[in-house]
Amino acid sequence: MSDNSRLSVFKTYKLFVGGKFPRSESGRVYEVTSKASGAAAPGKGGWLANAPLSSRKDARDAVVAARKAFGPWSGATAYNRGQVLYRVAEMLEGRREQFVREVADAEGLSKSKAGARVDAAVDRWVWYAGWTDKVAQVVGGGNPVAGPFFNLSTPEPTGVVAVLAPQESSFLGLVSVLAPVLATGNTAVVVASERAPLPALSLGEVLATSDVPGGTVNILSGRTKEIAAPLAAHSDVNAIDLTGADEALATELEIAAADNLKRVLRPGAEDWSADPGMRRLTAFLETKTVWHPTGSLGASGSSY
Amino acid sequence: MASIFEYAPAPESRAVVDIAPSYGLFIDGEFTEAADGQVFKTVSPATEEVLSEVARAGEADVERAVKAARKAFVGWSALPGAERAKYLFRIARIIQERSRELAVLETLDNGKPIRETRDADLPLVAAHFFYYAGWADKLSHAGYGTDPRPLGVAGQVIPWNFPLLMLAWKIAPALATGNTVVLKPAETTPLSALFFADICRQAGLPKGVVNILPGYGDAGAALVAHPDVNKVAFTGSTAVGKQIARTVAGTDKKLTLELGGKGANIVFDDAPVDQAVEGIVTGIFFNQGQVCCAGSRLLVQESVADELIASLKRRLATLRLGDPLDKNTDIGAINSAEQLARITALTEQGEQEGAERWSAPCELPSSGYWFAPTLFTGVTQAHTVARDEIFGPVLSVLTFRTPDEAVAKANNTQYGLSAGIWTEKGSRILAVANKLRAGVVWSNTFNKFDPASPFGGYKESGFGREGGRHGLEAYLDV
Repeated sequence: MSDNSRLSVFKTYKLFVGGKFPRSESGRVYEVTSKASGAAAPGKGGWLANAPLSSRKDARDAVVAARKAFGPWSGATAYNRGQVLYRVAEMLEGRREQFVREVADAEGLSKSKAGARVDAAVDRWVWYAGWTDKVAQVVGGGNPVAGPFFNLSTPEPTGVVAVLAPQESSFLGLVSVLAPVLATGNTAVVVASERAPLPALSLGEVLATSDVPGGTVNILSGRTKEIAAPLAAHSDVNAIDLTGADEALATELEIAAADNLKRVLRPGAEDWSADPGMRRLTAFLETKTVWHPTGSLGASGSSY
Repeated sequence: MASIFEYAPAPESRAVVDIAPSYGLFIDGEFTEAADGQVFKTVSPATEEVLSEVARAGEADVERAVKAARKAFVGWSALPGAERAKYLFRIARIIQERSRELAVLETLDNGKPIRETRDADLPLVAAHFFYYAGWADKLSHAGYGTDPRPLGVAGQVIPWNFPLLMLAWKIAPALATGNTVVLKPAETTPLSALFFADICRQAGLPKGVVNILPGYGDAGAALVAHPDVNKVAFTGSTAVGKQIARTVAGTDKKLTLELGGKGANIVFDDAPVDQAVEGIVTGIFFNQGQVCCAGSRLLVQESVADELIASLKRRLATLRLGDPLDKNTDIGAINSAEQLARITALTEQGEQEGAERWSAPCELPSSGYWFAPTLFTGVTQAHTVARDEIFGPVLSVLTFRTPDEAVAKANNTQYGLSAGIWTEKGSRILAVANKLRAGVVWSNTFNKFDPASPFGGYKESGFGREGGRHGLEAYLDV
């Protein structure tokens, strides 16, 4: 056996749920193949990995984990959340080569084009890291009501958000839909791109080592339609981002989401390389308005 | 108790309002009959007297009204903001001028006390038009981009509890942002919206910008489902809200929903009792409790529960129930026989489930729809009266020991519209307000509204905000 014939070590891709890396409880996997011609692993003809084929039970487990994480993550200071998101960018930068390879395989891109998308994804974490402690100042504020009241409107996270990641942009698109959900204090259950889930599953490894509390992000791979249905119908999911659903599926899921009046972000044409704006940042925020008397009001309120 | 406080009657004159024997639909600037000639009667809930006969909109009328609004949209949306602003300012001024007339009309048609229509509803209605008038020429500064565009035709369905105020909440921001409107008022309270149509005429508003379709749920459903409606705004029950959300699924219609609530009013042991009692009364007995953000669940710290409940009962015994047009009246009529039946059924269920019922000792008039202010003690979280929205003058009292328990109980509901906190401790207000999952939190006060202040729910109380800068978003393409 010669020196250069070393057999490479494949990675077993696993889900990311509650800060751990389980296989699907169903024990199922599906074959993930490369979109790049000739970029496949040696001898396997386009085969990249056997990714977990998540079940409805995996989806429900992920919701439980995300709910548990919601209190601590939404209760963390905005400054702290910004630090954690920036830490994700730091960790990604260090693993750049791995993601460039995975994105190139997933999307059939040259190394340089894949590199540009990974760089953009890293920058996107940095952009959202800076938003955590600014969004309340931009979309909240004091209201000049006609009476002696202190009256303040502040944005708050809506809760557990199910995110159907875009199908084509396996990494930049994924980060573009996930980071704003986290920046505003929500927790997420992400359904990765069905055909190209590997960059998403690898992102779980980065998140696990980036001070993101376990359960804050949960990543599932498998059939979008199969996993999304129980998420859209789940009473403990507060919102759903339908970006990764086709038109028919999106309509079906929006109807299911009405059962507990989930906040719904409908799919639309997206250019992931464009300035993200604030649309996704505000999509999963509630506005809470708090009133208090400011002066002497007689019997109808407290006085100073 | 009641005999000490005998008041001479002080009725407001009905002469200020002239109700016609019949009204049409208001489409494209004209009053018109329904296509199929259908009509319905609207009655005074306090006397069951028929006030007027009103055309009942059907599908064909929705079609006509949406077409008129679409046609009007071209010109209205192209108008400079400053010009739209002036129309809204005109409307606001005319509302102020006609406010006594509208207050009496609203009291007659809805059954709520004149004291409330005169001092709360009408001033707020005018204030909403003034507030949004000022936005019309400042939209590029509202934080939604430099050139935010209107959506098109807004289909709006409003409830019967605050007929004119809900109209103002819907129409003022829609017009300010350049949309045109088809609005369906509730079948039990169509009159003030039709009077508003006349105000639009007086203000010289271009034809078709505002269309009013009195009718029942079928007309509302047709409006919501109409393919040429770009924006749907609904205030009403959670059940109907869910149905509407299903209807607009898969379309590009923008949707905002203001739905039900089961607001928790939390009283801590250091709260000033007299002020808390006033706040509790405002919270649940304002508008006969027919308020989506009513404080219908009273959570009292156990150590002060007995004292507070005793004070509350004493206070409730002084409330005057009767003729809504009497300026001394605190509690008016329930809006309809149907709503009275629902309140009656839910309170009977409360008794059957073992909660203890107490009703204020007051004589109910022999005609009309009436329900005495009522409270339930010994209520647990499992009781129907603690879970379901009753939408009437019925308060469920629960107790708690610690702030954490209060928060857990307050949040233990599918709803998330409003909450109240009563304590003299500022840090406790802020800590508890932070943890409550509700769109509006009143501390040491309750049921305060203002056009500059965003209002709307968490969870199944709906989505979107009305009022304030936030209220513009619902009508802009952002």
